[in-house]
Amino acid sequence: MIAESGHYALVLALGLALIQSIVPLIGARLNDVALMNVARSTALAQLLFVGASFVALVMLHVNSDFSVANVYENSHSMKPLLYKITGVWGNHEGSMLLWVSILALFGGLVAAFGNNLPLSLRAHVLAVQAWVASAFYLFILVTSNPFLRIATPPVEGRDLNPVLQDIGLAVHPPMLYLGYVGFSISFSFAIAALMEGRIDAAWARWVRPWTLVAWIFLTLGIAMGSYWAYYELGWGGWWFWDPVENASLMPWLSGTALLHSALVMEKRNALKVWTILLSILTFSLSLLGTFLVRSGVITSVHAFATDPTRGVFILLILCLFIGGSLALFAGRATSLKQGGLFAPISREGALVLNNLLLTVACAVVLFGTLYPLAMEMLADFKMSVGAPFYNLTFAPLFTLLLLAVPFGPMLAWKRGDLLGVTQRLLAAGVAGLVAVAIAWGWASGGSTLAPLAIGLGIFVIGGAVTDIVERTGFVRLPFATVLHRARGMPRSAWGTAFAHAGLGVALIGIVCETTWNSEYIATMKQNDVAHIAGFDVKLDGLLQRQGPNYREMIAEFNVGLDGKPLSVMTPSKRSFTTRGSSTTEAALLTRGASQLYISLGEANAEGAIAVRIYHKPLVLLIWWGPVLMAFGGVLSLSDRRLRVGAPKPARAKQRLQPAE
Amino acid sequence: MTLWFVFALMTVAAIFAVLWPLGRNGRAQDQGSEVAVYKDQLAEIERDLAAGLIPAPDAEAARVEISRRLLAAAASEPAMAPKSNLKWRRAAAVLALAGLPLVAIGIYMPLGSPRLQDFPLAQRERGSGSGVAQSLENLVVQVQQHLEKNPTDGRGWNVLAPVLERLGRFDDAVRAYRNSLTYNGESAERRSDLGEAISAAAGGVVTVEAKAEFERAQALNADDPKANYFLGLAAEQDGRKGDAATIWRALLVKAPADAPWRALVQSSLARVGGGTMPALSDETIAASKDMAEGDRNAMVRGMVDRLATRLKQNGDDVDGWLRLVRAYLVMGERDKAMGASADARQAVASDAERLRQLNEGLRTLGLGG
Repeated sequence: MIAESGHYALVLALGLALIQSIVPLIGARLNDVALMNVARSTALAQLLFVGASFVALVMLHVNSDFSVANVYENSHSMKPLLYKITGVWGNHEGSMLLWVSILALFGGLVAAFGNNLPLSLRAHVLAVQAWVASAFYLFILVTSNPFLRIATPPVEGRDLNPVLQDIGLAVHPPMLYLGYVGFSISFSFAIAALMEGRIDAAWARWVRPWTLVAWIFLTLGIAMGSYWAYYELGWGGWWFWDPVENASLMPWLSGTALLHSALVMEKRNALKVWTILLSILTFSLSLLGTFLVRSGVITSVHAFATDPTRGVFILLILCLFIGGSLALFAGRATSLKQGGLFAPISREGALVLNNLLLTVACAVVLFGTLYPLAMEMLADFKMSVGAPFYNLTFAPLFTLLLLAVPFGPMLAWKRGDLLGVTQRLLAAGVAGLVAVAIAWGWASGGSTLAPLAIGLGIFVIGGAVTDIVERTGFVRLPFATVLHRARGMPRSAWGTAFAHAGLGVALIGIVCETTWNSEYIATMKQNDVAHIAGFDVKLDGLLQRQGPNYREMIAEFNVGLDGKPLSVMTPSKRSFTTRGSSTTEAALLTRGASQLYISLGEANAEGAIAVRIYHKPLVLLIWWGPVLMAFGGVLSLSDRRLRVGAPKPARAKQRLQPAE
Repeated sequence: MTLWFVFALMTVAAIFAVLWPLGRNGRAQDQGSEVAVYKDQLAEIERDLAAGLIPAPDAEAARVEISRRLLAAAASEPAMAPKSNLKWRRAAAVLALAGLPLVAIGIYMPLGSPRLQDFPLAQRERGSGSGVAQSLENLVVQVQQHLEKNPTDGRGWNVLAPVLERLGRFDDAVRAYRNSLTYNGESAERRSDLGEAISAAAGGVVTVEAKAEFERAQALNADDPKANYFLGLAAEQDGRKGDAATIWRALLVKAPADAPWRALVQSSLARVGGGTMPALSDETIAASKDMAEGDRNAMVRGMVDRLATRLKQNGDDVDGWLRLVRAYLVMGERDKAMGASADARQAVASDAERLRQLNEGLRTLGLGG
């Protein structure tokens, strides 16, 4: 009953999506309000039915109904409740259902809260959204149906991959999908604008909150995924440049570019064509990410051959949407009106530079991801593109970008004064240089570039602080005025400062972790002591414990610092009987932003165990940075006031600060 | 029936979602426009100016630029009033009323299984699952869960292992026998049971690993019949038929007259002695290993049936008859084996030489007389 109702609800959602993709367009053509409003009610009904379908699948997993093939293959009656629920999207079919649920959620949100949109624009946007939805409903129903049944149900399920039995699965995929799929809204807006042939500053204003929401979730999703990999895989690495990670990084890069170029469009009515193109590209990269992860191309190119329908189907969707939207773009772009003009040195110019660097960085990642796949497919030659490649290409691009970041928000619209901005950034620059000097004196070993990179990070943070100080007139003006101006300042300005500072914070974390990370790898027996970065780590003993669906071997370590006992750390190794596999649970000891990390290897017959201990200085900054960025995004999103760029009159002098 | 009722309700709700806006003669009241955005932007400038965030000249320039956009937007605002087009609204209504249910049923019917009930865990535990195999599986799961918590319960492993083996879960059986050995201690029987499970997991091939277990069993008890039988089988599979025959002959000599495995050893001996009964080819065994239990049985049965049909048409093949009888014996169908041996005698009755061969063969299979 639950299973079949959920299945039928999904089919009905497809039916509604089909109607939603045709009727509103006819309504917009005829200028008929009722027909256009069909988009709204069908979008909401679609959300209702997909939601019901998703809830049905969750209930089936919670009830351990093994008459449903998807539940049988990915669940186990002994699994803790949390993992029964998260296991819903811990597999291909369920995660695709989550994907379309979020797509419907965004469609429903536009329908419910899109009152400020012109009727025909809303009808177009929802219709385009319904095209995407229809394609993916069909994909799910035909090739990856989570509601297929088993006539004679088995008694016990095959359990979820143990690596996924972690709280990370509850947070990471939904966040990432909210990000990926959220960009479908800006895509739909872009296509709608192209179809209507009207693109102007107001468009950017309308699309901005949706892009921002998607960007916030994508940022958090990527950071969360990285932290999960860090503590769960047991190697202490947090980014591997593997294709799945790149698949999420690419939409982030182009989405960040989109966020910035939409700003120019909103304030100055310029960069319109480029913004539309970025909207299309960002969602295309999200689709590409879905394709890479979900078709099985990633694990091996040859997995394609084993289940060709899925891969080919997604590839077809990919070609249809990317090809179709780019063709529409090519046809309509020339007819778009020219927007506002600006000098190369100006806020707009800085944002163009930002876009340039971000898109090139994105192209680099795209190349690094697809080239090995293409080589394997065409030449049957296996290769991997890893950190060295990205260090040579991605890193310099980002260095340039970070150097430019503090300048951007301080330049005036239309035409700026680079010299004046440089003078005002002097303090930040000095702070950066001091940081370089300190790092140089302090550091023992490591790359010579590391202190410079830390200086750059400090410079970026300093730049963000300078921006706020300049705007509020801190130091220069009396405190009461400063307070008044700080309160009156748009939240988006605060958001910019926080997001940019987040970049600097993350950079410092990355540099410290990669340069001064120390490790100790050895086989330890009871009462052995390891010395690492001033810590004494003593193995007290090994013990066994029984978990709900696994057995666990726990090692107890006593950690001391400078002879004084500090804490007890208990890393463990869990073995799961149903899948016959095991996971390592690393133990983390956080002191400030630094962490001590212990993970276990194999135990040998004499009771000794392989142990990996890492000390990672300031490692947490890597994730605090993105959290700060997302927080900046939330601040900016909460800025309900509309944004306007006040162009600077040509004769005005630089004593004026840039307007927001 | 309830299910179809739910489906109908859902369909009605979906159709209603399409019809509702069509029925309301909606006006374009709640919609935004570009003009509104630019007016807001102008108001924003005034606010910023008042708060001292932008200086007056900047504000003036911005005001001019936005006003220009505002004028342009106001001019291009669609002049035509919203129309209502009854023909198209009717078409949309028909699309919803007829198209939606048709599409839904058309897609759902080939994919869904409306006849299947839900089968949640709670219901399973109440024991409404049908059939003996079902409850056996249930018992196994319960024992496994018990052992998960008390892995040192040797008796439990002892009980579980042969059941797993009978269910065809050979890899699990191997693990269970190993645990049984660990927690119950060494014994020849357990060693040879383990060896049997290993070779069953390998599709009937006595692997080196299995052979090692049988050798250990034999070291513990030189007369252990299972170990000796499988060591003979190992020799046969290695192509040392003479050795195999020696081992089995020795086994038969020591065997008590009423030992249930006598027939098996005799038939094996006949196989290596006369070289008459080829087993299944290795590929077939390998293929059958990956099949589910039911499939494997079906495969064996299919082969036996084919053999029986062939022999019905051409009864001269003594070896074929013997193979058929043996197959029935292996499958535990003694009646059919008796029937087949009677048929065989009838078929070759005209040829004295063949009849002699047949009787000899049947005797080694334990169907003499």
